[in-house]
Amino acid sequence: MVRKLFTPLVVLTAAMFAYAPIAIANAPYESTMLLVQKIFYFHLATWMALAVAVSVCAVGSAMYLFKGHEGADRVAFAAAELAVVYCTFGLISGSLWGRKAWGVWWQWDAKLTMAFMLEMIFLGYLIVRKYGGPGSEKLSAAMGIFGAATAPFIYKSADWWRTIHPQTSVMKTLGKNAPPMWNVVWFCGTAFVLLFLVLLALRVGLEERRAELDRLYLEAEA
Amino acid sequence: MFLKVAWLVLRKDIAIEVKTREIFYTTLFFAVACVLVFSFAFVKEGVPVEGAGVGILWIAVIFSGNLALGRTFERERYGETIRALLLVPAPRAAIYLGKLLGIVALMSLTELLLVPMVAFLFQAPLFSWPMHLLALLVLGTLGFASVGTLFAAMLMRSRTRDVLLPILLYPVTVPVIIAGVLGTSALTQTPADEPMATLWISMLAFFDVVFLTLALWMFEPLMTE
Repeated sequence: MVRKLFTPLVVLTAAMFAYAPIAIANAPYESTMLLVQKIFYFHLATWMALAVAVSVCAVGSAMYLFKGHEGADRVAFAAAELAVVYCTFGLISGSLWGRKAWGVWWQWDAKLTMAFMLEMIFLGYLIVRKYGGPGSEKLSAAMGIFGAATAPFIYKSADWWRTIHPQTSVMKTLGKNAPPMWNVVWFCGTAFVLLFLVLLALRVGLEERRAELDRLYLEAEA
Repeated sequence: MFLKVAWLVLRKDIAIEVKTREIFYTTLFFAVACVLVFSFAFVKEGVPVEGAGVGILWIAVIFSGNLALGRTFERERYGETIRALLLVPAPRAAIYLGKLLGIVALMSLTELLLVPMVAFLFQAPLFSWPMHLLALLVLGTLGFASVGTLFAAMLMRSRTRDVLLPILLYPVTVPVIIAGVLGTSALTQTPADEPMATLWISMLAFFDVVFLTLALWMFEPLMTE
């Protein structure tokens, strides 16, 4: 099933990414930030995909921890790796935007600090996995669940602490005020989520082969 | 049964600690050393930088807490008593709770000496809102220790536990540290921002509930081989 869907998924994702720059170029200019605001489409899309990655990682981790599904552990691992990639990209695109919008590369505001923290949590996940020794899968699963538990705080942090970062209510009003921009936002978000799925499928496939290889080695030795 | 097991584990830890006082003395000494080291960075021409005391207090609490966590479980591992502890026919969560309370007690004892010291050395008006400060410290310590106990326990099996504990613990407990530091800053600034501090206290309580629930829920499968 996954194998059959994989090629169309790749084609669809590639097509969406090819069209994304055109869609973004055609979207109307924002009244105060003009061209700089175009970063928003990829910036927000990254965080949308990150939310998916974190959720997948948490569900996989929980399934591994409580039910002992090894396949779920592989999915969680792949999702955690991609969460690090997406989070890095989100921090970089946010930094570029911040340079133009606020005049500084980095601002210690609540949302940025919390996003940085999320990056550290998932890097921690990978570090445990690599250096934790035997049984590290369980430790990293705990890390994945804690990472996901703090993620909603990151999402709402800008609303609660009223900091410099735009609030999430922007998303609620955008659909009413500027439908063309709203459509592009969702288009880019979908494209990033699809890219996540493609990469996840590839990465899980690799892990499965690695597990299979380990099994064969053990069999050959026995 | 549940609370009784937790109480027995706690009493065991207290009994060992009262006899040796090893963790208490080392933790306290480390916390004081921390304050001393930071004083060099945050005291300019004899006058402490504004708000430095609060940051130093929390850093000392967190660092020394980390040390206490590592030592508590190292003792269990060294004496090979953790296996016996896990073989007890009782809910594992009760063992977790007992361990957690022991660490909270130890950290609170350190704080009892650390807070007046910081207030004295950095001229920080920490005692103008004593009940608020108490709530911040207790909830902050509980939040940090709830995740810390879980991680320290599960890292016991790992060879690289000394390095991995802070690496895993600090990012996860950042919300607690932020809430603690900002809440205490709101109290010590002039004029004190009492509603802000109350907001942070309720935030801390919220984090504590989330972390404690997750830890109690995960301790059992994490400690099962």
